Amino acid sequence: MNFFILTLIKVAVVAFVLLTTLAYLQWIERKVIAHVQLRVGPYRVGPHGLLQPLADVVKLITKEGLIPSHVNKLFYLMAPFVAVTLALISISVIPFGPEITIGPVTTWMQLTDLRIGILFVLAVSSVGVYGVALGGWASNNKYSLLGGLRSSAQMISYELPMALAVAAPLLLANTLSFREMVNYQSGYWLGFIPRWNLFPEIVGFFVFLIASFAETNRVPFDLPEAENELVAGFHTEYSSMNFAAFFMAEYANMVTVTAVATLLFLGGWQPPFPAPYSDVVPILVFAIAGLIALYHGLNPARRMDRYTLPATALVFFGIAAIFGLSLFVAPLKPILMALFWFCGKVLFLLFVFIWVRATLPRFRYDQLMRFAWIFLFPLAMINLLATSLIVALTTK
Amino acid sequence: MSVPFFLIFAALAVFCAINLVVQTHPIASALSLIGVMGSLAVLYLQLGGEFIFAAQVIVYAGAIMVLFIFVIMLLNAGAETPTFQVSRFVRYLGIILLVAFLGLISFIIQAGLPKTEGVVFGAFQGGTALEIGRKLFTSYLLPFEVTSVLILIALVGAIVLARKEV
Amino acid sequence: MPNAVPLSWYLILSAILFGLGVAGFIFRRNIITVFMSIELMLNAVNLSFVTFSYEFRQVDGHIYSFFVMVVAAAEAAVGLAIILTVFKNRSTLMIDEINSMKY
Repeated sequence: MNFFILTLIKVAVVAFVLLTTLAYLQWIERKVIAHVQLRVGPYRVGPHGLLQPLADVVKLITKEGLIPSHVNKLFYLMAPFVAVTLALISISVIPFGPEITIGPVTTWMQLTDLRIGILFVLAVSSVGVYGVALGGWASNNKYSLLGGLRSSAQMISYELPMALAVAAPLLLANTLSFREMVNYQSGYWLGFIPRWNLFPEIVGFFVFLIASFAETNRVPFDLPEAENELVAGFHTEYSSMNFAAFFMAEYANMVTVTAVATLLFLGGWQPPFPAPYSDVVPILVFAIAGLIALYHGLNPARRMDRYTLPATALVFFGIAAIFGLSLFVAPLKPILMALFWFCGKVLFLLFVFIWVRATLPRFRYDQLMRFAWIFLFPLAMINLLATSLIVALTTK
Repeated sequence: MSVPFFLIFAALAVFCAINLVVQTHPIASALSLIGVMGSLAVLYLQLGGEFIFAAQVIVYAGAIMVLFIFVIMLLNAGAETPTFQVSRFVRYLGIILLVAFLGLISFIIQAGLPKTEGVVFGAFQGGTALEIGRKLFTSYLLPFEVTSVLILIALVGAIVLARKEV
Repeated sequence: MPNAVPLSWYLILSAILFGLGVAGFIFRRNIITVFMSIELMLNAVNLSFVTFSYEFRQVDGHIYSFFVMVVAAAEAAVGLAIILTVFKNRSTLMIDEINSMKY
C-alpha cells in the first residue's frame, strides 16, 4: 500500500508539473521567436504576457466545439485523444534524478523504471503515428487526408534513423533502462571532462536531434502542418479543445524527445564538472539573472517594467537563496541539483528547437523524404557499425 | 491478480477479433486488429516476454498496421456490401454451432495438457533482450542472416511492384 | 486458481483467435480484410509460441515468435504492393471480381 500511495503522489506531481510546462512552453516559444524577430511577443496579458497561456486555454475551452456533419464521428473524436494519451504516456519512464531520501521514504525520481525503458519510448512514438493519420482520414476532406498521410509517412520514415541513433549508446552502456544509462555516464575523464555519450557519439546525437525534429513535426520538417495552414490540413476540421489537444500532443512529444536526448547523450542529471565546483553554478546563474533584471528595472524601457522587473529580480534572488540553502540541508541537495541540471539541459534543447523554428525555412516534401532515406539513414547505420566495431574490438 | 489481468486482455482480444471479422469498413477492421495486437502484447508481457512485448508494439502495431492503414486510405476503400442474404434462423444456428465448436476445442486442449502450475507474472525472467540477443547470435545465427536477406528481397520487391511505370 | 493463470487458457485464446482469423479469411470479400485475417492468424500462432516458451522456461519460443514477426512484415510489404498493383489494373478490391487472368 505504501508503494501505491507513493506512486500516486509521484504521478500527481509529475502530471501537474508536465501540464504547466506544456502551457508555458508555448509562452517561451512565442517570446523567443518574437525576440529573434526583434519584436516583443505576448506582453499585455499579465506581466510580460505570463498569463497568456491561461487566456489561450480559456479561449479554447469556451469556443464552440463544432463537429462537422460529414466527418466520421468516432474516429474524429478518437484521434486527438489517442495523440495526447500516447504523447503523455512516455513521460512515465523518464527519470528526473537519482535515488532520494525524504524522511522515512527512499524512492527514485522516476515513475517507473522499466528494464526495457528505451524500447518502451520507441514503441509509444511508433504508435503515436495513428493520432495524426486517423485525424487526417476522419475529417473526410481530401486535403486533410493528404496532410495526414504525408505526416505519418514522414514520421515512420524518420523513426528508422532515430532508432539506429538510439542503438549506438545502447551498445556502449549495455543496458536498455534509462537509469542504468545515466549511471553509465557518471564519472569524468581526466578529472574534468564528463563521460557523457555525447563525446563518443556526436554523430549519433546530431542524427537523433534531426530525426526528432521530424518526429515531432517541427520546422524545418513541418510541411504537413504548414501547408495545411495555407490550404487545409489534418487538423483543419478540428476546433476548440480537439485542436488544443493536437497541439498539446505536439509539445508533449517535444518534451519527451528532448528528455530522451538528454538521458541518452547528455548524461541526464549529472553536472558537467565535478561536484564541489558544480554546486555553485545554480546559485551563480540565478544571482546573475537577478542582477540583470535589477539593472534593467532601474532603467526601464516601459513604465510597467519599473515594477515587474525588480519583482522578477526578487524571484530570481529567492531561487538562488533556495539553492544556496540546499547546500546545507542534506536531503534537499540531490533533488534540487539533479532537477537543475536535468531541467537545464532539457530547456537548452527546447531552446534549440525553438531557435531552429525561428531561423530555418521548411523543406519540401520530396526533399524531406530524400533526406531521410538517402542521407540520414545510411549515416545512422554507419555510426552504429562503427560503434559496434569499436565495442567488439575493445571488450574481451 | 494475474487472473483478472489475463481475463480483461483476453476478452479485449477476442472482442477486437470478432469486430475485425464483422465490421464492413476496412479501417474499422484495421483498428480492431491494432486492438488485438495491443492486448496480445500485454499478454506476452505477462508471460515474461518483455522484448517480444516491445517488438510486437514497434513492428506489428507501429509499422505493419501503419502500412495497412496507408494502403486503405490511399485506395479509398469503402464499406463492403454483403452479397448473400441468410435467414435469421441460419445466422443464429451458425453462432450456436461456432460456440459449440470453440467449446469442444477448449475442452480438448485443456484435457491434453499436463497439469503444471499456472502462469504468474514474474516467474519467467529469461525473456530479456540479453537472452534473446545471446541466442540469436549463437544458436540461431543462420535464420537471422537468412531473414535479413529476406527483408532485402521484400524491400526490393515492394519498390519494384509499386513504382510508377515510366 | 486465485493467482496463477492456467496455461491452457492461453492456448484456448490462441485457438479462438486462429479460428476467427480463418473465418475472416473465408467469409470476407475485401482483399485487404482477407490479408488482415491472415495477420490475425499469425498473431494467434505467436501467442502459442510464447506460451510454450513459458512452459519449458526457455527463450527459444520468443525467438521463433520474433522470426514470425519479421516474416510477417516482409509479407505485408510485398502483399500490399501486389494489392496496389491489382487495384491499379482492375479498379476493384473485391476478390469475387478478380477472377480471371485476362482483363
